[in-house]
Amino acid sequence: MRDVVRASVVIGVASGIYAISFGVLSVSAGGSVLQTCLLSLLVFTGASQFSAVSVISAGGSVASAVSGGLLLAARNGVYGLALSPSIRGSLTKRMLAAQFVIDETTAMTSAAPDQRAKDWAFWSCAVMLFTCWNLGTLIGALAGSSIDPETFGLDAAFPVVFVAMVAPHLATRSGRRAAVIGATVTLVLTPFLPIGLPILLSSVGVFVGLVAHEDDDSSGQSSEVAP
Amino acid sequence: MSWWLVAWLSLGAYALKVLGLVVLGGRELPAVVNRCLTLIPAALLAALIMKDTVTVGQELVIDARLVGVSVAAAATTRRLPLTAVLILGVGSTALVRAAARLI
Repeated sequence: MRDVVRASVVIGVASGIYAISFGVLSVSAGGSVLQTCLLSLLVFTGASQFSAVSVISAGGSVASAVSGGLLLAARNGVYGLALSPSIRGSLTKRMLAAQFVIDETTAMTSAAPDQRAKDWAFWSCAVMLFTCWNLGTLIGALAGSSIDPETFGLDAAFPVVFVAMVAPHLATRSGRRAAVIGATVTLVLTPFLPIGLPILLSSVGVFVGLVAHEDDDSSGQSSEVAP
Repeated sequence: MSWWLVAWLSLGAYALKVLGLVVLGGRELPAVVNRCLTLIPAALLAALIMKDTVTVGQELVIDARLVGVSVAAAATTRRLPLTAVLILGVGSTALVRAAARLI
């Protein structure tokens, strides 16, 4: 169990660093410290939070910020499906567990060999992540109101964080195709559509990615994350 | 920032998690739906990278951010830890801006 807990601590600290940048960016996008902290406490899924704040800071509408964020959060539903045999207990306990169903807890729990290890993996990762994520957000939000983001290059923190986040999704050929289509669609449509809409439309990249499905099992899975 | 953003994003994100873990439970989705849902992050994150690197509002703009993101991409390819990626990306953007101001 010690390995599991150690891994949880590492993941927690790393996410805390993301969270500090989220706090800074959310405050400089016009969020109050309270709103910023509530986003991390209640939404608790990093990519969606960053994406929503990024759309708002560019001047996009609430509707496009929310729909983009929720599209990104849809995978947590898939994770929930996969985890449900491993998360045992009362309805109340499972309703609580649901809030912690995200990339990291899913990866840790599915990697654990047996039920006892899965319990440890899920809950230690959940507690560490939730604590660090919210603590980091608070620190960032408090610091963010006193600095000029552009001077420190913090406006680049959005795409830099997204680069780190997208890397694991490029391991398969279908993932890479989806990414290329998504990026191209956004670049082409940005001058013509309201802010935030090109991001939503980029999800057509998913369907193109599907076409590559057949190739994945033979070559895509074994290929490296980056060329 | 609008409170509607906080409310809708919070409710929606939690609903999706509960839908998978508690409501649908151990049921299996059609494989195609599963694949679509798991491919969304690749498409959307790539789109967000473009938006935040080379656009301002509805215009395409090349500036210091492109340097920072390229540095971050190189750092990610070398499998540097997250902190290093973040510091290198943000730091190089700030450096290019400071240099541009001197010139």
